[in-house]
Amino acid sequence: MLQDILMLTAFFILRIGVPLLLVIGIGYSLLQRFYGVKLDFSPKFVTGVGLVLALWALAAIAVILRFTDGLGAVTNLSDQFPLGLWIGFDVMAGAMLGGGAFVLAGLVYVFGIERYRPILRSTILTAFLGYVLLIVALLVDVGRPQNILLARPVYFINIHSVLWEVAMCVLCYTVVLALEFSPALFERLRWRRMWRLTHKITLPLVIVGILLSTMHQSSLGSLWLIAPGKLHGLWYSPLLPVFFWISAVAVGLAMVTVESNLSARAFKRGLEQDLLASLGKANAYLLAFYAAFRLADLAVRGQLGLVLRLDLPGVLFWVELGLGAILPAALLMRPQIRKNRDALFAIAAVIVACGILNRLNVSMFSLYSYTGPIYIPSWMEMVVTAGMFTFGAAVFALLARLLPVFPAEHGEQATVPAQV
Amino acid sequence: MNAVSSTAKSLSRRQFLKLSAVTAGAAALAGVQASAMAASTGVKPGSTPAMLIDISRCVGCSNCQRSCIAANNLHPTSEQLQGLSAQTFTVVQRYDFEGGNTRFVKRQCMHCLDAACASACPVSALYKTEAGPIAYRPDRCLGCRYCMVSCPFNIPRFEWNKGLTPEIRKCMFCIERQEAGQLPACAENCPTGALKVGTREELLREAHARIAAHPRFYVDHVYGEHEAGGTSMLYISDVPFALLGFRTDVTTRPIPAYTWDVMSKLPWVVGGLAAVLTGASIYTRKRNGAHHDDTPPWERPEAGG
Ligand code: SF4
Ligand code: SF4
Repeated sequence: MLQDILMLTAFFILRIGVPLLLVIGIGYSLLQRFYGVKLDFSPKFVTGVGLVLALWALAAIAVILRFTDGLGAVTNLSDQFPLGLWIGFDVMAGAMLGGGAFVLAGLVYVFGIERYRPILRSTILTAFLGYVLLIVALLVDVGRPQNILLARPVYFINIHSVLWEVAMCVLCYTVVLALEFSPALFERLRWRRMWRLTHKITLPLVIVGILLSTMHQSSLGSLWLIAPGKLHGLWYSPLLPVFFWISAVAVGLAMVTVESNLSARAFKRGLEQDLLASLGKANAYLLAFYAAFRLADLAVRGQLGLVLRLDLPGVLFWVELGLGAILPAALLMRPQIRKNRDALFAIAAVIVACGILNRLNVSMFSLYSYTGPIYIPSWMEMVVTAGMFTFGAAVFALLARLLPVFPAEHGEQATVPAQV
Repeated sequence: MNAVSSTAKSLSRRQFLKLSAVTAGAAALAGVQASAMAASTGVKPGSTPAMLIDISRCVGCSNCQRSCIAANNLHPTSEQLQGLSAQTFTVVQRYDFEGGNTRFVKRQCMHCLDAACASACPVSALYKTEAGPIAYRPDRCLGCRYCMVSCPFNIPRFEWNKGLTPEIRKCMFCIERQEAGQLPACAENCPTGALKVGTREELLREAHARIAAHPRFYVDHVYGEHEAGGTSMLYISDVPFALLGFRTDVTTRPIPAYTWDVMSKLPWVVGGLAAVLTGASIYTRKRNGAHHDDTPPWERPEAGG
């Protein structure tokens, strides 16, 4: 194992890293010498880009290996532990992080709360990119992706299969998200007819999007109901679909705060602090309800004793629920804290991290009680996941520059709240 | 007499399930549901082909394992022979007890009556055949491995080292041989009569008869009679099943019912939500008037007016 890692790293440095650096270095010095080109990037930026590029190169190698030598060559999965990080993080958590889009779209379009409109587009874009990456991750993870590309699930329907339903909903919802975002594209291109068309159908699209989201967000939880006795008692509950839906809303909203803060820093734009604060307030109640509901469910199922144990599941449970729901709920109830921009950002980040942990708990760690801790993601799995994550962020940054994603840059919608 | 009562029991459980699923919701989908339930439980559990495995009669010769390898044209490595694998559809496992006692357990797919894997598979690549055994169609399989998660007995195996054409591998109960009127390869080559093939009804009767004839010898349990809602592979043993690596916490409820409980309610949730959202958006429109702006932003007069 260690030998393999060393070999691969050595190969990577020799075959990819060194030549790449040579080409870039020689090319740059030539350009500088003959054309007087001088790039003026801060060293921090250059290191960052270099690291990310290296990550992507590694991820690309892992993906190629996966398609040539099979999943066994890249992942630590086995017959005893068939689903791992790519499902737990990229699919389960990825869908959850996009949950903010259907909530915000519903608030703005269905319930007419216009003041959330300024952060709507960036939220939809985040969700859309998240779902596209989810599908890409799935295509890497499944054994026979060609059968997905050949649209086999569309012809061969098994309405008993939760996975079939999830697949269909995710596919349709990704299209819906693309359509919901498309007015931004047509606005940039100044395509009047298309803009009008997509603008007109937005409301029905939003409603369909909410329905599709409700179905697949909850069904991502139902997926695990097929394995009674395999999941740990702290997580296996017939209410898993309900918990998944609630946490998708709560974590999705926290993700809106995280994403707004990050892009505010990256693009040096203003922050809709009062909007985020009001979302945080709503989230406080939602999280409190969620935590109470989870504990009540444990009590009803007679599993409450499990939370007192200080074994791995017990600790994971408390990190997930205590740090990720109860503490943030208590903090977000206080207006002084909500007003503080950094505090709000930090709390939201914690909610998001613990939300991700929840999905990993359900899909990976809770199975340990049945299989034993036989699966830890391989470094290649992690590299692919990290690569996709950063790739999504990069595409977001690019699109945010090219298209009218943030209202501040365009100015015309920023004053809408006044009309409500 | 045991067999009769057990069939009656499983029948009533089945009806109860059907009833509770219908009353729990999805009356709108009743047509779909009835046919779906029929599809997943359509084969009469009594006449489905089954195998009775009498652990007390097994001498561990592994003839079944070898004949399975030959019949299915498998090429296991020595490591793959240690347990079930993509190249080992059945395996004989050895259990040593104090006093020099040894038992051997043949393992393979249990061919559940209402199979978790078949219900989990999004494209019905794993499916229940007319006759009863659970078979596989690689041409539509996505390789999603959800069947592996769902199987209560951890049977399906995956070909981890194939890039684009990995298959799910497991015992198919020698469907082709059975259709041609032959016995499954393993049963045909068992020298001691530890493996016996017949209809499930017959074999359940026989199993209970054997237990009744030697009540002090056998454990009073037919593994597979109720496990996971009933399986086609039935085990009897003179050593408690828990000591032989059998999962004793498997529910007696058919596994697919656990997800169908939720799935069957979705139409109601979605329908209700759709009505609420439509109502809310109509109300919002009314309240806000025709604030809906159809002019593209770039043609609007300066905002804020
Ligand atoms: S034992 Fe597992 S693989 Fe075999 S039919 Fe039952 S659920 Fe399917
Ligand atoms: S891996 Fe293949 S057989 Fe198993 S559930 Fe997925 S599509 Fe069905």
